[in-house]
Amino acid sequence: MSFDTATWIQVATFSAGGLAMGFGAIGAALGEGYTAGLANEGLSSRPEKSGDIFKNMLVGQAIAESAAIFALVVAVLLLFLDPGAPYLLKASAVLAAGLSMGFGAIGSGVGAGFPAGQACLGIARQPAVSGTLTTNMLIGSAVCQTPAIFAMVVALLLMFTDFSSMPLAPTWAALLGAGLSTGLAAIGSGAGGGLAAGASCEGIARQPVSVGNVTTTMLVGQAVSQTPAIFGLLISFILIFSAFPESAALSAAMAPLGAGICMGFGGIGPGLGNGLTAEQAVRWVARNLENTGGLTRTMLVGQAVSQSTAIYAMVVSLVLIFVI
Amino acid sequence: MAIEGAELVKAASLLGAGLAMGLGAIGPGVGEGLVGSKACEAIGKNPGEAGLLTRTMLVGQAVSESTGIYSLVVALLLLFVV
Repeated sequence: MSFDTATWIQVATFSAGGLAMGFGAIGAALGEGYTAGLANEGLSSRPEKSGDIFKNMLVGQAIAESAAIFALVVAVLLLFLDPGAPYLLKASAVLAAGLSMGFGAIGSGVGAGFPAGQACLGIARQPAVSGTLTTNMLIGSAVCQTPAIFAMVVALLLMFTDFSSMPLAPTWAALLGAGLSTGLAAIGSGAGGGLAAGASCEGIARQPVSVGNVTTTMLVGQAVSQTPAIFGLLISFILIFSAFPESAALSAAMAPLGAGICMGFGGIGPGLGNGLTAEQAVRWVARNLENTGGLTRTMLVGQAVSQSTAIYAMVVSLVLIFVI
Repeated sequence: MAIEGAELVKAASLLGAGLAMGLGAIGPGVGEGLVGSKACEAIGKNPGEAGLLTRTMLVGQAVSESTGIYSLVVALLLLFVV
């Protein structure tokens, strides 16, 4: 049973489109559900503020939705992609694009739900600062979206770069690795950044004077949470733009694929862990304003240790790409 | 396409190294984050004990880190020794 190259590319693009939208829908739906749940909780305690809470809920959900919209755009582009002159490497590239966008949208969608939900609950608790809460929610959830944007950048690069001059083996594996690296690593960073942002909205509602310190600590914590996704993006770029010498050996293909899988999975845990640490630091900065310095220091030390496993994963990936 | 046994073993060791370090990094990353999160909570409640709490956090994280280091060791063994 053998098919021509154009058929394989069609099979890959349609599978990739399905994977991108299927996986990409998980996170946003969960995040928006969480937001709506907390909005209802807030409404029940302060029904007279229903207008503000409802408006904030919709704005927050719209941001969480953007991760799924990225996935939708990539999926539709894949479905109607003009394959051009068919070459077999294209099949691998589009499949990797779908995987990158699908996995990459999960974390950001879930993450953006936390600040949106906590802002809704916060408006019910402290209606006087609803403007501050909405602004803080927007900043926090915008940062949560960056891992999904990284995943989209990698997906578009994989779809529209011309790889026709590259050797099929082992470039097919490098491209799949590139998609998995950013896609999987984005899961942890997106959700982790969201945890920090959620705690900041909750804290501001509890103690509105703390807004300056809380937002600063949130941004620092989120920035550290994003680094595993940046490592994933770095490995993806290296895998996409390196010219691997032609080799039919299976091991030459497994090295770049292993590198991508290593950095992808390796970024999930540290991203989430950094977010967990930042969440509690932000939460307690709001309650204990004069202790901001000590809490930020402890947060950064704790995050640095948690980050080390992502650095191990990056080292192993780089060894797989450059040394082996 | 005939693949030699030794070639298959080499390919599996490279992919295995990636899987070992990649999957092995999830647990310690989340675990150390939980330690850090509880340490921040405790310092928030009781800032006077910040030194003791940071020390305990680091020791706890170091123990949690050990599984990540096992993964790294296994990955490097798969890459360079096996």
